[in-house]
Amino acid sequence: MIRLEKRPQPSRAWTVATPLLAVALTMVAGGLMFALLGKDPVVAIRTIFWDPLFHEQFASYSRPQLLVKAGPLILIATGLSLGFRAGIWNIGAEGQYIMGALAGAGVALALYPLDAWFLFPLMVLAGALGGWAWAMIPAILKTRFRTNEILVSLLLVYVAEQVLASMALGLMKNPEGGGFPGSRNLQHYPAAANTELIAGTGMHWGVAAAFIAVIAAYVLLTRHILGFQIRLAGQSPRAARFAGVNPNALVVICLGLSGALAGLAGMFEVAGPAGRVNIGFNQGYGFTAIIVAFLGRLHPVGILLAGLLMALTYIGGELAQFMLGIPSAAIQAFQGMLLFFLLGVDVLSNYRIRLGRRRIA
Amino acid sequence: MDGERPRRDRRVKALLTVEGLTKAYPGVVANDRVDFDIAEGEIHALLGENGAGKSTLVKMIYGLAQPDAGRMTLRGQPYAPAGPGAARASGVALVFQHFSLFDALSVAENIALGMETPPPMRRLAARIREVSETYGLPLTPDRLVGGLSAGERQRVEIIRCLLQDPRLLIMDEPTSVLTPQEVAILFATLRKLAAEGTAILYISHKLEEIRSLCDRATILRRGRVVESCNPREKTAADLAEMMVGAKLTAPSRAGGNPGGVVLEVSGLSLPSANPFGTSLRDVSFSVRAGEILGIGGVAGNGQDELLDALSGEAAVAAGAVRLRGQPIGALGPGPRRRVAVLAAPEERLGHAAAPDMSLTENAMLTAAIREGLAARGFLKWPAAKAFAERVIAAFDVRTPGPGNAARSLSGGNLQKFVIGREVLQRPEVLVVNQPTWGVDASAAAAIRQALLDLAASGTAVIVISQDLDELMEISDRFAALNEGRLSPPRPAQGLTLEEIGLMLGGAHDMEVAHVAE
Repeated sequence: MIRLEKRPQPSRAWTVATPLLAVALTMVAGGLMFALLGKDPVVAIRTIFWDPLFHEQFASYSRPQLLVKAGPLILIATGLSLGFRAGIWNIGAEGQYIMGALAGAGVALALYPLDAWFLFPLMVLAGALGGWAWAMIPAILKTRFRTNEILVSLLLVYVAEQVLASMALGLMKNPEGGGFPGSRNLQHYPAAANTELIAGTGMHWGVAAAFIAVIAAYVLLTRHILGFQIRLAGQSPRAARFAGVNPNALVVICLGLSGALAGLAGMFEVAGPAGRVNIGFNQGYGFTAIIVAFLGRLHPVGILLAGLLMALTYIGGELAQFMLGIPSAAIQAFQGMLLFFLLGVDVLSNYRIRLGRRRIA
Repeated sequence: MDGERPRRDRRVKALLTVEGLTKAYPGVVANDRVDFDIAEGEIHALLGENGAGKSTLVKMIYGLAQPDAGRMTLRGQPYAPAGPGAARASGVALVFQHFSLFDALSVAENIALGMETPPPMRRLAARIREVSETYGLPLTPDRLVGGLSAGERQRVEIIRCLLQDPRLLIMDEPTSVLTPQEVAILFATLRKLAAEGTAILYISHKLEEIRSLCDRATILRRGRVVESCNPREKTAADLAEMMVGAKLTAPSRAGGNPGGVVLEVSGLSLPSANPFGTSLRDVSFSVRAGEILGIGGVAGNGQDELLDALSGEAAVAAGAVRLRGQPIGALGPGPRRRVAVLAAPEERLGHAAAPDMSLTENAMLTAAIREGLAARGFLKWPAAKAFAERVIAAFDVRTPGPGNAARSLSGGNLQKFVIGREVLQRPEVLVVNQPTWGVDASAAAAIRQALLDLAASGTAVIVISQDLDELMEISDRFAALNEGRLSPPRPAQGLTLEEIGLMLGGAHDMEVAHVAE
């Protein structure tokens, strides 16, 4: 008989070990799935986890992609984790990401072809404000009318997608684009372009912002009173009230911070790797970041590692599709397994497993 | 009071016999080879401190837990209930300490929910009326449970049990939520049941009650039976010593004379946040420096709301609470701490302390402002740790260190930490709610002594409690909360139990009881 027994306090060792165990279990179960699809599981796993970094032919292309993909994931997930820690569930980072991109690109397109040093900083500010403003809608509705922020923020993603489409087809459409949807390419607009900081590494301003956000979140959570209040509110709301935390203020701060960081991620993406505002510009970073946040156990350093790992499975997954002909649905299932196992083995940090009949102590 | 009951004659053999019952949980043997028996028509006390193993034993008898070793015999047959349903089918019924009733349903609907095959509502209501009249438990079947007092809720649970016609009725701490008058009604019912041959297993740590009600007492200490006796032949002090295993010293007080008024509450009204809570109505009182004001009352009469209003968790009209004349009613918890008005709520885990956080973090929870544990928003963890260590040392909190999670501490130790955390911050006013609830006797004594010492040092102390003995022991003045209203405080010395009962609002219930009998 297998029983679960609650630990008097969470095990530190298991808190660190469970993500690794989850990755290992994902490899086993994923390998089984690939084998059932008639692919060599060892090759498939190696293609996903190893080849993007070390394959002699592809690595030079895919290695920089790692930071390009991980940057927005880490930036968004860091913001989300603050809210999640406080029990405030912003599921709409995807929408805030879109609105940040639109605000940032909107500034650049409105001032085109102005060539000034302050243009890019202005875009950064506009991007953060765009995401922040979009997140304020669920925040205000929650604090004023007790609506559920999960539903409101999620549904606003679909509104944001429609706004994006309308912009790509109307207001922001490239006047020199021959009638095709999509804006001017900001990569070709030097004052507004978010270029690679170190050539060949994929390191752009968005990645730098992600690293800064990780450090800032770490300091906030461990050293600052706001971080303490966030953790307290998440663990015991009543104790937080007793400690003097204003729950409404916390909702506004957490949704605002996560929205601003998601907006920043969108702005860096549209001015950099994506280049233009277009239909389908959002690639699900806002949703994947939720997985990244939990994969990193809502801890800034964990999120940094989880973002890199998730980016790796994306790049490796594409590589596996391309090289081995594994269907994209199987890659998505593989990524789903990762979250599934992570949440599944999470129980080990708070419980211990006992086998057999209990003995008398 | 007793002696008129015709019983001993039927006590030929034991109804339930328990032999060598053992049950271990991780790290603790909750029951270690427990032997005891209970006869038909007997009122048998199970006595022990919190954590002595009373609840575990009851759970095994009621089928909620399975013993690791030992056996039970009911009416000569082997008895090993697989679950509460099996226990009920064998004639064993249990009235829980915490009621499992739905506020939004009527009395009859609640009772029907607990039955396997409920009869039609009309017949059930008639049965409820019949049983409630027979046993002097006034209750109206179609009233909503949400509007009932704690005593009335308990009657719902008791009648639910009696409808099954049990042979053995187990009562778990039944009087902890009752007024003295309600206790009298309950005892009359229990005596009547016993006279009809029902065995009653009565779990309590209130010694005087056990001495007046029970025929026999089995005393548990650390999972073992240490004594079996007739409680009437022992003094309360004897029983307490058997329970604790050591001599207890009563708190000593300096008997200083109070100074000027520190905290003044006038016309305080606070609508309750939830529909079945109790709104505070026009509460007025004042506390002087060096004085302990005891506020008694049955649970659910506005105690939580009063604590929230005094701690600042609920904002009230600015002038409703004044500290040395300054209005502080509109201040939140943080600003109130800044002016040295501190509080310790009833619920240790989840309100006074965050269960999964360390003691250091829990020290930060309330002491950040007064102990200077934060500077310009940044936290000084070493200072918080030092403060937590100071609390641990000064209040003899048993824990490996301040890095341990609050939930890993026993109730008594955590309560000492929670009270100590506020006491060491040198409050001008300290409000505590149920300071010794669920705490073992020695920790309770230490906490009461700390409150007395604090008052002696000039702090105005408000103790909200349901434990009348505790309030009589430490209060200078006493007031009672009843349905959100506070009686005018009276000097505690010389108050009789009857006067207190009337203050608690028991008079109304007494009248109903007489009509029904």
